Amino acid sequence: MSDRDRIVELIPRLRRYARALSGGRGEADDLVQDTLARAFDKLHLWRPERDLRVWLFSVMHNLHVDQGRARRARPEVPMGGEALLAPASGGPGDVLERQRLIRALEWLPAPQKQVLLLVALEQLSYDEVARALGIPVGTVMSRLSRARATLRALLAGDGRAPTLEVVR
Amino acid sequence: MTSGDESRPVTEEELHAHADGLLPDGRRAAVEQYLAAHPEEAARVEGWMRITASLHDTFDEVLDEPVPARLSGLRPPSRLWPRLAAAAALLLAGLAGWWLRGALPGGDAYREAMLPHRAAVAHAVYSPEVRHPVEVGSDQEAHLVAWLSKRLGTTLRVPRLGPLGYDLLGGRLLPGDRGPVAQFMYADPAGKRLTLYVARAESGETGTAFRFSQEGAVGVFYWVDRSMGYALSAELPRAELLRVADAVYAQIEKVPG
Repeated sequence: MSDRDRIVELIPRLRRYARALSGGRGEADDLVQDTLARAFDKLHLWRPERDLRVWLFSVMHNLHVDQGRARRARPEVPMGGEALLAPASGGPGDVLERQRLIRALEWLPAPQKQVLLLVALEQLSYDEVARALGIPVGTVMSRLSRARATLRALLAGDGRAPTLEVVR
Repeated sequence: MTSGDESRPVTEEELHAHADGLLPDGRRAAVEQYLAAHPEEAARVEGWMRITASLHDTFDEVLDEPVPARLSGLRPPSRLWPRLAAAAALLLAGLAGWWLRGALPGGDAYREAMLPHRAAVAHAVYSPEVRHPVEVGSDQEAHLVAWLSKRLGTTLRVPRLGPLGYDLLGGRLLPGDRGPVAQFMYADPAGKRLTLYVARAESGETGTAFRFSQEGAVGVFYWVDRSMGYALSAELPRAELLRVADAVYAQIEKVPG
């Protein structure tokens, strides 16, 4: 299988990550489209010893940063935000449960969100995340820790409103 | 706790690694013992794992969605080199055809075959283009027509093929053996593209009937009308292409001149 075929095979995973990162389907697919276009252009720069998946995520990450998508204003934590994120009834498949998760993700700063999604959703190792994002592993771990603490506080709905300091 | 590696204190990083299934085997027992002894920490780690499960529950369905055409359309075949290769293959096939018919370049058969052949090559090169199929888009149609008319030295008219299901994407200027050539591109809602190639006809040719030429995968209907050569190319069944060609011909013919 050629490198190009392998890239095509990874499109669903790129879409999943982009969707979780940006929320909207159109915006996410725009990002995937730009990523594929650049990846096909830069394929000669890819060295086989670098995992193709990691490389594609790094291409996507750079585009996300370049295009200022990562800096796009995220919603401010509203008054009573903790009530909006109060636990929903029902199992994990519950629609409300998903909406709470998506809203909570919107509140995460992009650098934390990227690390969390690459680890938890895309199941990259910490080393791979560090390479994809171009940051030290120690930074990966601290961002992961902060992302999880923030999300847990948001989703637990334990009555503690997340402070801006926590979500930034 | 035993000795050596397993007796080290458990770190925050190891708790994450445990939640992510990335903990080395040698440390699993130590971390599990630690969590059993610290219920608050165990609840924290369990919370992280629930978030992971929710992420998959929410976003894994994306993996099963069909990939939109605009993404799968970026597949390698749409890249320049394979397209140029396809165009080169068409060119060689065409030359071989003339050779076999005993017509050397410069003869009548050569000139006759030139129009559909050039049109098919231009179609093969530009129609797979995802991002820049045209130089000027249909949103600037007036400008497009004025520009190409000026370059070709005649009043061009862009046929409307909307009723047949093909919308104008735009057009571009191409080099031809008798000066500039215009290419207009259309697409149906599924993204199927057809191109109309308009070039100045060979001197002396003022009008011909419809002719059809199969150039590889590309079918071409072509004709000459008032000293202009027209060629409509697409990878479509011949009957469908003829239906569109009829419409193009009827609209161009209506132009006074």
